[in-house]
Amino acid sequence: MYVGNLINKNAAACMKENNKNNIWKVIGASSVGTLIEWYDFYIFGSLATIISEKFFPSTNPTTAFLATLATFAAGFIVRPFGALFFGRLGDIVGRKYTFLLTLVIMGGSTFLIGCMPTYASFSFAPYLILILRLLQGLALGGEYGGAATYVAEHAPEGKRGYYTSWIQTTATLGLFVSLIVIITVQKSLSKEAYNEWGWRLPFLLSIFLVIVSIVIRMKMNESPLFSKLKSEGKTSTNPLKESFGNKANMKMVLLALFGATMGQGVVWYTGQFYAQTFLIKTCGLEATQTNTWIGIALIFVTPFFVVFGWLSDKIGRKGIMLTGMLLAVICYRPIFKNMYEICDVKNRIEAASTITTTKKINPNKATDSLVVKTSNVVFTDSSKLLLTETYSLEKLQINLNAPIDTKKTITLASNYQWNIIGYIFILVLFVTMVYGPIAAFLVELFPTKIRYTSMSLPYHIGNGVFGGLVPFIATLITVSPGSDYLSGLWYPMGVAAVCFVIGILYLSSKKASGE
Amino acid sequence: MNTIKKYLGIVWIFVAVAAIFFLVQSAIHNIKPNGTLDINKPMPWVIIIIIFIPIAVGLALFGWYAFKGEYDKSES
Repeated sequence: MYVGNLINKNAAACMKENNKNNIWKVIGASSVGTLIEWYDFYIFGSLATIISEKFFPSTNPTTAFLATLATFAAGFIVRPFGALFFGRLGDIVGRKYTFLLTLVIMGGSTFLIGCMPTYASFSFAPYLILILRLLQGLALGGEYGGAATYVAEHAPEGKRGYYTSWIQTTATLGLFVSLIVIITVQKSLSKEAYNEWGWRLPFLLSIFLVIVSIVIRMKMNESPLFSKLKSEGKTSTNPLKESFGNKANMKMVLLALFGATMGQGVVWYTGQFYAQTFLIKTCGLEATQTNTWIGIALIFVTPFFVVFGWLSDKIGRKGIMLTGMLLAVICYRPIFKNMYEICDVKNRIEAASTITTTKKINPNKATDSLVVKTSNVVFTDSSKLLLTETYSLEKLQINLNAPIDTKKTITLASNYQWNIIGYIFILVLFVTMVYGPIAAFLVELFPTKIRYTSMSLPYHIGNGVFGGLVPFIATLITVSPGSDYLSGLWYPMGVAAVCFVIGILYLSSKKASGE
Repeated sequence: MNTIKKYLGIVWIFVAVAAIFFLVQSAIHNIKPNGTLDINKPMPWVIIIIIFIPIAVGLALFGWYAFKGEYDKSES
């Protein structure tokens, strides 16, 4: 009897240990694949300038049109469509094979972008690049829901927030890895070699990462909850109809979108991308300095995805996510204002300056001759300003001496480093609060048989559409009369505020069973 | 609390209609043949308005459900 009990106890302990090992394998396999998908999606965005140059020359109206289509359609249309397409597949066939398929599509598309001959040698290239970018958007739409569902369905009750938060780190880590790879390639090659062929390397690298991830994922088993449903013959035959045609479930889809993912999407986009654009374009901070400091902030802040995921298991998801949104609404304007003031040259005393003037005779037949005045200014705090003003020679000759283009780039002294890193850290900390618990929140909102479909759509509308609209609407507000450099923030602040009100009134902190 | 949730339903319906009106009006004002910004090109507006119409319908539906008291009980 005693020996029997001992064996049972040992067997239970072994099983517990195996389950624990298994969950880490599941998290590892899912996270690596999702990280690679984010990496693939980001490098296209990070290399947008050189891609435009190689495939979508702005002088050609057709290719310029295709470039716009690639930018907007991939995020706004194809991502939600991918969520529906792969969500349905994942609820019918299974999670494992569906998110294997999204990985193959994403990796294959990225690799082919890296292989594509440029527009100069192959005039059909812009069309193929557009198709490949749309495939990337489609794959991304299907990947996240699959990975989050797969991990959540392996996780024990009460630890879903903690385990799924590892998936939540992948979006930030994907951005981080893409920046590291691009900066490494740029620094390893000469400028000419990088422009000629080096820019292809980040795309080509993807295929190795994807193969490794596919091998790892192939070895994993199907989600236990989905396998159980399948063996009982209880899987959905029409997940789209059951998700969006069933009133009770549709109500939850709408609540997930307007009470959670909509606000999460704008906070996520503002913290991770708008801040970068704001520093480079509005503040004029030098791009490599900006990206390096953002990278440092990301290293420090990424663990907080897991912290808030873990905390959401203890105190509930709703409170953490809504606090993140509220803090974003309250703090965005002061934080962005302080970043702007740190970079503002008006607050500095000039120590020395040199001015160089060059003439460009008919640089482009469409314009007249240009005069470029470059000023290098060093301030007393060791910050440096590079001011490039371009004048029309003809207008200068008739005393119309306002520049037709002004570009300022400031390189801050190193003593400002931790101020900017600190502000970026706070902005992304809000992201970790809203994003860390959201996978577990969405998974628990829907039943297993239509979970993949039901959670993917609000997630991708929240992030792809509401989040993706941040730069567009911000530009729209900024060019309106009476606006200032902070006006673009009204859009994310407004959406987050509405989402906060809906969330606090209509969402319950009660967790679903997850079955 | 249920009364607030219910009457805010009307606000959500109004916000849905206002969002579409704002987008269409902004598109009309900002599309310019010689503009260089994305907001001056017709294609982004066409995509955004097409994708936003069903989202606005969803918000109006959410508002309608809220007004009908469908979210009165905690269901999440």
